[in-house]
Amino acid sequence: MSLDKSEIQKIAWLARLAINEEDIANYCHELAEIVNMMEQMNSVDTTDIAPLAHPLEVFSRLRTDDVTETNQRENFQSNTSEKKDGYYLVPKVIE
Amino acid sequence: MNKLEKWETVIGLEIHAQLSTKSKIFSGASTNYGADPNTQACAVDLGLPGVLPVINEEAIQMAIKFGLAINAKIPKTSVFARKNYFYPDLPKGYQISQFELPIVSNGHIEIETENKKNKTIRITRAHLEEDAGKSNHDEFIGFTGIDLNRAGNPLLEIVSEPDMSNAKEAISYLKKIHTLVCYLKICDGNMQEGSFRCDANVSIKLKKQKELGTRTEIKNLNSFKFIESAINYEIERQINVIESDKTVVQETRLYDSNKNETRSMRSKEEANDYRYFPDPDLLPILIADETKEAIKKSIPELPDVKCKRYQKELALSKYDSDNLTSNPDIADYFEETIKITNGNAKICANWIMGDLSASLNKKNIAIKNSPVSAKMLGDLINLIIDKTISGKIAKTVFEAMWNGEGNAISIIESKDLKQVTDSGKIEKIIDEIITENSSQVEQYKNSSDEKKQKLIGFFVGQIMKKSKGKANPKQVNELLKEKLDN
Repeated sequence: MSLDKSEIQKIAWLARLAINEEDIANYCHELAEIVNMMEQMNSVDTTDIAPLAHPLEVFSRLRTDDVTETNQRENFQSNTSEKKDGYYLVPKVIE
Repeated sequence: MNKLEKWETVIGLEIHAQLSTKSKIFSGASTNYGADPNTQACAVDLGLPGVLPVINEEAIQMAIKFGLAINAKIPKTSVFARKNYFYPDLPKGYQISQFELPIVSNGHIEIETENKKNKTIRITRAHLEEDAGKSNHDEFIGFTGIDLNRAGNPLLEIVSEPDMSNAKEAISYLKKIHTLVCYLKICDGNMQEGSFRCDANVSIKLKKQKELGTRTEIKNLNSFKFIESAINYEIERQINVIESDKTVVQETRLYDSNKNETRSMRSKEEANDYRYFPDPDLLPILIADETKEAIKKSIPELPDVKCKRYQKELALSKYDSDNLTSNPDIADYFEETIKITNGNAKICANWIMGDLSASLNKKNIAIKNSPVSAKMLGDLINLIIDKTISGKIAKTVFEAMWNGEGNAISIIESKDLKQVTDSGKIEKIIDEIITENSSQVEQYKNSSDEKKQKLIGFFVGQIMKKSKGKANPKQVNELLKEKLDN
């Protein structure tokens, strides 16, 4: 199994990663190794084995439905560069 | 041939019902609607580094309750998954949702079609997920404002099979689910505030054709009326596309209620690729049989059962029963009034669907905020039943109660509205009217039966007027005829 350049570009785009053109060949090679390892695992017969959703075979604890958080907007927004009237501002998403 | 007759429509719906928990699905921030932007968005909702989600038990229970009410399968374990995409109102870059092992699968409900037939609509699955924030595109020049108060609100996404064949059936299904979630008290059903919203998948195919046509997904549907118009518009559009030898493109379309049309959302560069995988931050949840049993016991009488009971036990019509059970608050109100009036169901139904509904609609008030409580209306109805007042006077009393002038008894006393049933007093008034209208009395004596009936109406009118509407109409009729005919 090998990966081609367009697949690498797609993966990078999905993750919103900017990659250098000259690095792509190396990514192809490195990622293909990981994919090959998965292919190897795929060859194991798992017909009678239930899929595992989490490596720890325990179940989640649940929280009672109480409001425990207070308004910390000022603190949180002290980290943000663009804000107005309590909103976080981002570049306009639609025209 | 009418072009609609040649084509068959296939509709499936995805409903998002916001669960009425106090806090969010994975954090302890409040879910109250309408707060100042970002005052209810905590570190978890903002997706700050190092935070971990913790599942709200109430949201799980509400989802199970829904599943049990639609006879669905509830698995022993259920798993949360990440749905990955980038959008500014989704700070983590993924939405916590469910993919494999949703909490509810394979349920169904019955709807009534246009020609009054029952039809089963299958519900593929209902899964839990967190809502995203809200984008405000209008208020800031060159920017979009992001309010993350809604981020993390618990949603139950209810996905139907493509079992509906026209817009009317889709609405019937939606209303059924809407009524159900309100009865179960797991969602407030408020469509204006977005607590109950819907996306519709619509496709058409030739009647004889087996395989489904290409579907489009219509988003932005937040009222029953708009959903119906949007689906009908889309059916028409797809027929036109195909009949002009073009092909329907699989895409998401937005409904514009001002123009009554759907239009393509700019298609993204690539098809969505959400790369679901189990969320490593969350362990699977275990649903014990005892939990299911306990929740099952907490399910109230559901609308279908209630509706049948009203017809059978209370001898109400299907129409009355449908109306009274359409909303749990109306049904509760109705049941309280019957209790107060010792089971006089029909008169209670008439008052609730008549004067009360009219007054509530006029002022756009929900029945649970009615200025005339079930107790007040029940007391008023009792006074009609025991003939303290006539049905007509009762309308005056109702209006006074609506305007906050007190309860029925105090209004009747202060306005002196008590019905006159003392036959001596009624006879006295009748005698006066007969004396004052001697020519009509002459006419009456020489008239045909038909004409007599009209004159009776005239006399009764005069008598009621003189008694200020308080004379018991039945007694007036009887006594008047006796006097005129002898």
